[in-house]
Amino acid sequence: MSSNTLRIAPLAIAALLAAGPALAQGEVNVYTYRETGLVKPLFDAFTKDTGIKVNVISASSGLEQRIKTEGANSPADVLLTVDISRLEDAVQNGITQPLNSKAIEQAVPAAYRDPEGHWAAVGMRARIVYASKDRVKQDTITYEELADPKWKGKICIRSGQHMYNNALFAAMIVKHGEAKAEEWLKGLKANLAQKPSGGDRETARDIAAGKCDLGIANTYYWALMNDKEAQRKPWAEATKVLLPTFQGGGTHVNVSGVAVIKTAPNKANATKFVEWMVGPQAQQMHADVTYEYPMRAGVPINKTIAGYGDLKRDPMPLASIAANRKKASALVDKVGFDN
Amino acid sequence: MTATELHNAIPRPARRRHWPISHPVATVFLFAVAALVVAPLLSLILFAIQGDSELWPHLVAYVLPVATLNTILLLAGVALVAAVAGVGTAWMVTAYEFPGRSTFVWLLPLPLAFPTYIVAYVYVDILDAAGPVQTALRALVGWRSAADYWFPSVRSLGGAILVMGFVLYPYVYLATRAMFQTQSATLIEMARSLGASRWRLARDITLPLARPAIAAGLALAMLEALNDIGASEYLGVQTLTLSIFNTWLNRSSLPGAAQIACVMLFVVAALIALERYGRRRQSFTGLDRHPGIARRIPLERGKKWLAALGCLLPVGLGFLIPLVYLAQEVVSRGLLIGFDPSLFRHTLTTVAIAAGATALTLVLGFGVVFALRLVRRPFAQNCVFVASLGYAVPGTVLALGLLSPLVGIDEAINWVTRTVAGASVGLVLAGSSAAVMIAYAVRFLAIATGFAQAGLARISTELDDAARTVGTRPSGLLWSIHLPLLRPALWGAALLVFVDCLKELPATLLLRPLNVETLSTYIYQFATRGNFEEGALAALLIVLVGIVPVIRMTRHADEAVQAGVTPARGWTA
Repeated sequence: MSSNTLRIAPLAIAALLAAGPALAQGEVNVYTYRETGLVKPLFDAFTKDTGIKVNVISASSGLEQRIKTEGANSPADVLLTVDISRLEDAVQNGITQPLNSKAIEQAVPAAYRDPEGHWAAVGMRARIVYASKDRVKQDTITYEELADPKWKGKICIRSGQHMYNNALFAAMIVKHGEAKAEEWLKGLKANLAQKPSGGDRETARDIAAGKCDLGIANTYYWALMNDKEAQRKPWAEATKVLLPTFQGGGTHVNVSGVAVIKTAPNKANATKFVEWMVGPQAQQMHADVTYEYPMRAGVPINKTIAGYGDLKRDPMPLASIAANRKKASALVDKVGFDN
Repeated sequence: MTATELHNAIPRPARRRHWPISHPVATVFLFAVAALVVAPLLSLILFAIQGDSELWPHLVAYVLPVATLNTILLLAGVALVAAVAGVGTAWMVTAYEFPGRSTFVWLLPLPLAFPTYIVAYVYVDILDAAGPVQTALRALVGWRSAADYWFPSVRSLGGAILVMGFVLYPYVYLATRAMFQTQSATLIEMARSLGASRWRLARDITLPLARPAIAAGLALAMLEALNDIGASEYLGVQTLTLSIFNTWLNRSSLPGAAQIACVMLFVVAALIALERYGRRRQSFTGLDRHPGIARRIPLERGKKWLAALGCLLPVGLGFLIPLVYLAQEVVSRGLLIGFDPSLFRHTLTTVAIAAGATALTLVLGFGVVFALRLVRRPFAQNCVFVASLGYAVPGTVLALGLLSPLVGIDEAINWVTRTVAGASVGLVLAGSSAAVMIAYAVRFLAIATGFAQAGLARISTELDDAARTVGTRPSGLLWSIHLPLLRPALWGAALLVFVDCLKELPATLLLRPLNVETLSTYIYQFATRGNFEEGALAALLIVLVGIVPVIRMTRHADEAVQAGVTPARGWTA
C-alpha cells in the first residue's frame, strides 16, 4: 500500500465518524424502503414547510431488523415503507409506537390505518393487469381468470416471492382459502410465457415485444412510463391497463405507509412528519410524483391514473393480507412458481 | 500439596521455542482478529438456534433441493467459464506474440471493475425480446413478434453463468498470469528444445505448475458468484443466497434465514479446508534463481488473429460491451447535462470508505500472518483460517450478524460515557461508516491474508533467525525486513480489496449510516425500481474509479516479476 493511502486513511475515517448521525433538535431520521430520488421532493417540501431537516437511510430490506438490533440507542424516528406486510411486521417486532393523532384520524380513512395507531397509510396502489393492445380484445378481467388455460404461454410476471406478488397471492388465500389459491397459483404458473424474473417495467416491455400478451404489475409503472420516461413510452403505448377484480369482489390494493419508532429520539418531529405526510400538499405530491392513489379525501387522483377507470377496491381488510403472507410465500415455493 | 501444585511440580520436557518469549502481543492480535470474524458468525448461529424448526420440513421439501442444485450448477458453470477464459488468455499473452498482445495484457483484467449485477442488467437490456439484437433480428427476418421464434434467454441459469463467468474470470487470469510469468524459464526453454509440443508443454509443465494459482483464482471467482444476489434475482435463478433472502423477508424468519446461511457456511468451510488439504504437500515451486519470462513465440498469420480474437472475446463480453452500452445510456438520457451534483459527494464517500476499509483490512490481514510467523503454533494456523472465513459469508448475512456485536460494543461505550460523563454518545460504531468499513474488512480479509501468506512464503525464515541473532526485536523485523520485502504483496492486496470495496452492495445497503450513499447504493436505488439506466453514470463512475487500481495492479505485477518478487499464488488462505 502506498504511503499516500496510509496517510489519507485515518483522516477519512475521522471525517466519516464525525459525519455520523447528529441527534440535535430540528431533525427527523427516516428509515425508508422507498427510493430516495422518488421521495426526496417530499422531504424537501417538508423541510421547507417546517424547518425540520430530514436525514435518510434507504434500503431494500432489513430495516426492521436493523432498528430492532440498534435498540435503545437507535437514531430511527420514522419507518417509511411500501407493503402492508412490512408495516405489520414492524408492529409485530415491537419497534413502533402508537400515535394518537387527530390529524391522522381525520385525514386517513379507518381501513387504511392501524386500529391502535401504530401505522398509517400515505398512499395506495393496486396490482393490476397490463395487456397487449393488439392481441388482447377484452377490456375486463378477473384475477381468477388469469389461471384459465386459454392464456397458456401468454402471461409475464416478476418473481412470485416479490412482496407485491406475495401480497396478491395472500389476498387470493383470503378470498378462496389455501387449497383453492394453490390450484390457482398452479394454473397461473402453467400460463407463464417465461420464468418469473425482471421487474414490473420489464413485464410491459415483454408485452410490447410480443413475448407475452398479459402482465401483472402495479398501477404507477404504466403511468410513469407513459408520462415521464420517454424511452419507455413505446412500451406503455403498446399496452393497455385493465383493472382486474376478484370474482364478486374488487381490485387488490396495497399501501405505502409510515410508522413512528418506539425509541424515536425526535418524537415530536416524527409526529409532525407523519401528520405532514397526510396533509393536503404531501398528498397531492403522492398523487403526482409517486403516482399513488392519495389517502386524503378531496385530493384529486392523477389524471393518467384516473384514466385507468374507476378503482373498485376489494373490501378485505389490509391486515388479513399481511396475516396470510407467509402462507402465500410458502405456496410459491410449493408449486415451484419461480423455478 | 494441592492438585495444581502437584501438577506444576511435575517436570515436563521443555517445549521447543522459536522465539525466546511466546509473543503475547502477537497471540492476542491473532485471537482478536479471529474473534472479529467469529462474532458475526456466532450471532448468526444464535439467530439460527432461536427456533422456527417448523420451517425446516418446508425448506427441505421445496426450497433447498432446487436452490442447492442451482447453486452447484451456477458455481460449476462460472468456474468452467472463468477457468477457460482466465487460463486461456493468461497463457496466450504470456507464451505468444500476436497483434494487440501488450494491450490485452492490461485490458483483460478490467471486467473486475464491474459490479456483476450491473452487467446482468446490461445484457438483459441488450438481448431481451425488446432489445436491439432481437429487434434487428425481427426486422431482418420479417418476424412480427417475439412469440414467432426461439431465442436463448439471458434470464436463465445459462445466462447467469455466462454473465458471471465473463465478469469474474479476471481473478483466474491475474493469479494464473503471475504464475506463468514466474515459472522457470529454463524449464520451459529446455522442454521446447527437446521438441515438446505446445500442448505437451502446457499439459505436463505449465498447467501443473500453475495449478495452485488457478485454484486460488477460481475459489475467489466462485465465492463472488456465491455472494451475488442482484444478478441472480434479476435473472431469475433461485440460488441458496437468494433463498436466504426470501426466507428472511417473506417468512419474516430471520432464524430460518440464518439456518440456511449456516448450512451454506458449513459447505464453504468444508470446501476451503479441502482445498488446503489438497495443497498441503505442495512446496513452493516458483522459486527460480533467475525467474524470467520465457521467450514468447510469434504466431503465424491465421493463428495470430485467432489468438487476438480469443482475448477479445472475454474482455469484449465482460467489459467493452457493457461499457459502451452504459456510455450510450449516459449520452442518450442526458445524464451528463443533467448531472446530479450529489454524485460528486457519493463518489468521494465511496472512495473514502473503500480506502479506510482497505487500510483496516491490510493491517488486520498482514498483521495476523506476521503474527502467525512469530507464533508458529497450530492454534495460530487455525486463527488465520478462521479469519479468512468472512469471504464465504454473503454480504447481507454478514451485515445482519455484525450488527448485534457492534451494538453491543456501542452499548458498553455508552455505559462508560454515562458513568464517567453522564451523557450518551449514541451508536458510535453501528451508527457510523465504521460499521461499513468493519464489514468490508471481515469480508475481504481473506484476500489480504492470502497475499500476505504468499508474500511471506518467499521470505526465508532463516532471515528471521539471522535478524534475531543480531538482536532485532519482532517489531523491527516487521518494519525493516518484512514490510519492504512484502511491498508487491501489499500492493496486490490493497488494489484488489479496494476494487472489491468499491463494488460492494449488500452489506453497504444494510449498514450505512444516515445520509450516506455510495455509488453502489445510488445505482441500486434506480435498479430496484426497474430504472437502472438512470444510474448509468454512477455505474460508469464505479468502473472508472476501479479501472485505475486494476491497471496499476497489472503493471505492478509485471514490475515485480522483473524484480524477481511476485505474490504469484495463494490468493485465498
